[in-house]
Amino acid sequence: MRDTHDEPSELPLVVTEKVKGAQRLMSISPEAKRAGLAIGMTLADSRARIPDLWVEEMNVQADAVLLDRIAEDCDHFSPAVVIDAPDGLLLDITGCDHLFDGEAELRRIFSQRMRRASLHVRTVIANAPDAARALARYGRTAIVPPGEDAAAVRSLPIAALGLEESDRLAISRAGLKTIGALADRPSLPFAARFGEQMTLRLRRIQGLADPPLAPRRAVPMLWVERRFPEPIGRMEDVEAILAELGQEAGARLSERREGGRVFEASFFRADGAVRRIIIETGRPMRDGATLLRLFREKLDALADPIDPGFGFDLIRLSIPHADRFDALQPGLDGHAVEADAVADLVDRLSIRFGAARVIRFLPENTHDPDRAARAVPASFNPMTSDVWPTPEAEEPPLRPIQMFNPPQPIRITMVEVPDGPPRKFAWRRREYDVARAEGPERIAPEWWRKPGAPTRDYYRVEDAEGRRFWLFRAGSYSQETPQPDWFMHGVFA
Amino acid sequence: MTKADLEALRREVSRLERGSSPVVSGRFSTGSASLDGVLQGGLMRGALHEIFAAGTAAEPSASGFAVALAVRASEARPLVWVRQDFAGIEAGEIYAPGLAELGLSPDRVILVRARDGPAVLRAGEEAARCPPLGAVIIEPWGAPKALDLVASRRLALAAARSNVPLFMVRAGAEPEPSAALTRWRVRAALSAAMEADAPGRPAFDVELLRDRAGAGGRNWIVEWDRDQHIFKDIPALSGGMVSLPAGGSHHARHARRAV
Repeated sequence: MRDTHDEPSELPLVVTEKVKGAQRLMSISPEAKRAGLAIGMTLADSRARIPDLWVEEMNVQADAVLLDRIAEDCDHFSPAVVIDAPDGLLLDITGCDHLFDGEAELRRIFSQRMRRASLHVRTVIANAPDAARALARYGRTAIVPPGEDAAAVRSLPIAALGLEESDRLAISRAGLKTIGALADRPSLPFAARFGEQMTLRLRRIQGLADPPLAPRRAVPMLWVERRFPEPIGRMEDVEAILAELGQEAGARLSERREGGRVFEASFFRADGAVRRIIIETGRPMRDGATLLRLFREKLDALADPIDPGFGFDLIRLSIPHADRFDALQPGLDGHAVEADAVADLVDRLSIRFGAARVIRFLPENTHDPDRAARAVPASFNPMTSDVWPTPEAEEPPLRPIQMFNPPQPIRITMVEVPDGPPRKFAWRRREYDVARAEGPERIAPEWWRKPGAPTRDYYRVEDAEGRRFWLFRAGSYSQETPQPDWFMHGVFA
Repeated sequence: MTKADLEALRREVSRLERGSSPVVSGRFSTGSASLDGVLQGGLMRGALHEIFAAGTAAEPSASGFAVALAVRASEARPLVWVRQDFAGIEAGEIYAPGLAELGLSPDRVILVRARDGPAVLRAGEEAARCPPLGAVIIEPWGAPKALDLVASRRLALAAARSNVPLFMVRAGAEPEPSAALTRWRVRAALSAAMEADAPGRPAFDVELLRDRAGAGGRNWIVEWDRDQHIFKDIPALSGGMVSLPAGGSHHARHARRAV
């Protein structure tokens, strides 16, 4: 697989890398191959044969990036794409071929798409991934009929097993040149000589054992998609398609009695670029109309809007994560329907403004006022009846409606008794006359969290104009702290 | 029976004990006889109500007044509070235990932290369109450009359609024409002292600047009784219970009022 760049050139292309002091060919274009060059030759030898060469230095990183981009586009054909570094891709097309009228057509469309992107690819469809992999590199077969992997790989050279060079050499010296020759012999002696790994590879290449595959993106549990012979580019059309897909996914989820928690819309551009938009919902969901609203919200809020370019030729809606969800019966349970409408609102707000900006409070069992309430994203923490400490009847509010974090320093300008509340204090360039006060409420710090923090003496005070504040003194008057600091921690209604 | 069930039951019982629902024919009463008298029974539910803080230092009073009204209006339903980040920096972050102290159980509060004025309006309008909500409080800071007559009409319309009361707390701003049904100006009032001269219940000096449905330009001193979820009049010169603010009576404040 090679990117021939954009320069139209008839020159044979070779890519070189320095191996043991000599520039050697690491890969070559078909033209170079026709001219008699082979991988592994030194550049000097090649130049001696063909003076007019297009030489490029090997760039492993650029290759990896390119391979990743191609893999992204291959999502077109199957959601399970495995990167087979440095130069291969494995696509699990189980159940995907019918979308293309069969394997032969799928292979043709695939090759055509790659060719249009100036890529030379070898494509093989086989049952076992290892068989396809080996045939693409060493064989001539294009499509292996079901169950015939073992037969198809028989004529391949031993190198197709991908063993260490020394092992390959040892096997060849034993007179075994092909996979078939190896397969015909009992495996035990080979396992003893070359290790289990070798017999395992042999079994895999024949389709007798399954290798573990790690797709580059997790395969969603459910997906629906639309392909377009003519790419679509208008956002109205895109939304209409999303609406259809939402309905379809909803129906499929309904059959499974599930609701999606994560939805991903993938927009495949005809030129190979892929854009993915993910939304998460606070609870299992499968209503197409609601889903479309959430996507609209997200598309609207994107800092970097999706760009159709010359149009999308595939739009896919996949559901990577779903939970059990039994149907609601509207009318029977009005509360559930209302709770649902609120949860929808929370989802929409979370998608637009970010989950961290739409919050709920959970009570914490602590006497530290700074930690008494925990703010959590509302979309992941559905409404529950939490038990908050019930205020004591007849008491005025003992905790402020709003708190400053961190507490703001204030300056005491007048006190009556050293250990009592202030008579006057200055805050934000203003002086306040304290008319009423209550305290202290002594709150010890949680020493295991804030070692060495002083005890706080809190006072509720009201100034001459009725403003109510929550002040505290950090530490008490003593030898150690003759002038303890005072802070404004909150304001009461 | 779980603790949560018990709590819900307790709330239900206390609601029944408070007597009939405060929501009558699209209005909710404040509980204060004098206020409800002028408001013809109470405030309209599906409408926009503007609550101005008399100076930025009065913001806690304005938001406290809004919370108390929301408690009256919402009857244990969820409530959305959209607040501009700057309000938190300037006047303190919403403190959930403090809401509980005002009778608003934090478990039914959804707080949206909005970056700027337009975000507040956008989130507020979205929330105001959600009929199951008990109330929506929105709090832009200052006078954002986006908050023009058209924007306030949109908010009022959303509230009218869903029948969800929308309270807009305004700090650092002066009243200007808007689609609000009522407009208030709130500042702190001296509370009725508790034992040992401790600060008492939240007390508000509220001024009805404008009421589309009736007469504006009145003011009252009311306190919020969290236990009964009701506003009570504090007679301005009733002596004993209420001491006069230092440096001037409420009459002096009348004189400052802009009508």
